[in-house]
Amino acid sequence: MKTNHKKTVKIPLTVDQKIRRRTFISFGTFLALGSGAYVGWKWLLNAPEETAGITGGARVPLRRALNKTELFFRNFFSNKHLVKTYPVDRAAKNPRINSLIGIEDDEDFDIAAWKLQVKLNNQKNRYITIEEIKALPKTEIVYDFKCVEGWDEIQHWAGVKLSDFLTHFQLGNEAEKQYMGLETPNGAYYVGLERESILHPQTLLAYEMNGKAISTEHGAPLRLIIPVKYGIKNLKRIGMMSFSNSRPKDYWAEQGYDYYSGL
Amino acid sequence: MKVIKEKHSLLMRWTHWVNFPVLTIMIWSGLFIYWANDAYGISIFGFTLIKFFPEWFYDYFHIPQRLAEGMAFHFLFMWFFFINGLLYIIYTVFSGAWRELLPNKNSFKEAWLVLLHDLHIRKTVPPQKKYNAAQRIAYTAIIFMGLGSVITGLAIYKPVQFYWICWLCGGYHFARILHFALTIGYVFFFLIHIVQVALAGWNNFRAVIAGFEVVEDQAQPRVQELTIETEDKDENKS
Repeated sequence: MKTNHKKTVKIPLTVDQKIRRRTFISFGTFLALGSGAYVGWKWLLNAPEETAGITGGARVPLRRALNKTELFFRNFFSNKHLVKTYPVDRAAKNPRINSLIGIEDDEDFDIAAWKLQVKLNNQKNRYITIEEIKALPKTEIVYDFKCVEGWDEIQHWAGVKLSDFLTHFQLGNEAEKQYMGLETPNGAYYVGLERESILHPQTLLAYEMNGKAISTEHGAPLRLIIPVKYGIKNLKRIGMMSFSNSRPKDYWAEQGYDYYSGL
Repeated sequence: MKVIKEKHSLLMRWTHWVNFPVLTIMIWSGLFIYWANDAYGISIFGFTLIKFFPEWFYDYFHIPQRLAEGMAFHFLFMWFFFINGLLYIIYTVFSGAWRELLPNKNSFKEAWLVLLHDLHIRKTVPPQKKYNAAQRIAYTAIIFMGLGSVITGLAIYKPVQFYWICWLCGGYHFARILHFALTIGYVFFFLIHIVQVALAGWNNFRAVIAGFEVVEDQAQPRVQELTIETEDKDENKS
């Protein structure tokens, strides 16, 4: 086997065989893995949708991924991470109106009779008037409102800090719970928010837009402005507030969107 | 005489092929997100040159109301895109393969010669090792584009928590434009890549799956000696 003569005879054969063998094994593996990936993709694409509940509409594995991703990125949440603010003159004169769910479908709504209903466990519900809310210290914010659709707009809002509101009305114990639920008076639109975002210093119960009372389409008399969330969580025309340790129902999460929807 | 020449390591082949479906899914799901607010186009002097996208494209994908679906897929496959890219970069750095990949000081001049050669304007083949100058620039650029997509993606995804990334990307609005522009870049890269692969032929394509290419040995004494030695070793092993 050590002579040069034998080698020159054998090498061309060996190389050709090697080429064929390696090519066959590699392409076989490639096709097998490729088919596996395709089957996996089909499985994911046709995975069952979640049954209606707090969340729904998304494929089960995708929802699981959204939840895991939420848990990962919640590690980065901090109340010290403030949303960038702008000078007042940068704010849009006519802020964009995107959705009227819970507003246009409520013809019985009487703004004069409006009171914020706060649901308390084991106690009677509390009702808070807009005058009581306006009596609290006012906080203004001009920031870049971000819609889940991808557009953003600098808007000017004013109201009471949600954390101030909770302290003033002695709802601190309630707010210890993991979640807050908010609903329009007719119950057509509703969101669930977790405590960290509720207590964020820039989260407001807003009653003013561009220095004037909020218009009907923007959620008069009281709406949520929560800059650490996409627009879908900024409930207009708040009717009812509740607290719980499990996720409250959320309109867009039921349509397959990420429950957290944080920024 | 034919000689097997090792070309692409297993990890480079693996990450290359994983990237292909993952990037496709990222672009596909990204389109569903973009279409929820399809604001971009290219216009010159008020005349719209290109509006992303033409109507038939919308009809084909029957797009309305697929934002939630797009986001769900995007936020799952971003992990694979990120991990796969990270794996490749780590490997390239630690194996020393970056030496064959990063453009050097002659690359930008040579890339021009490659282009002329590819367009059949210039006959002589420009010098190259594993990758020619144009490939070095293109493949390095695509790695940086991937990095750019991850960074701009994070800026849009968590503009409050990662406010400094958002600032680096020129703000929320501009980060979204960059993210979109990079995607257009991938599509162009892909088209050129496919044409080049088709032109380069079977030996080149096989190398990206099997890892080796077959070269015709010019029977130079020194090289022959080397091949015999390696054959010797292989035979002793088996």
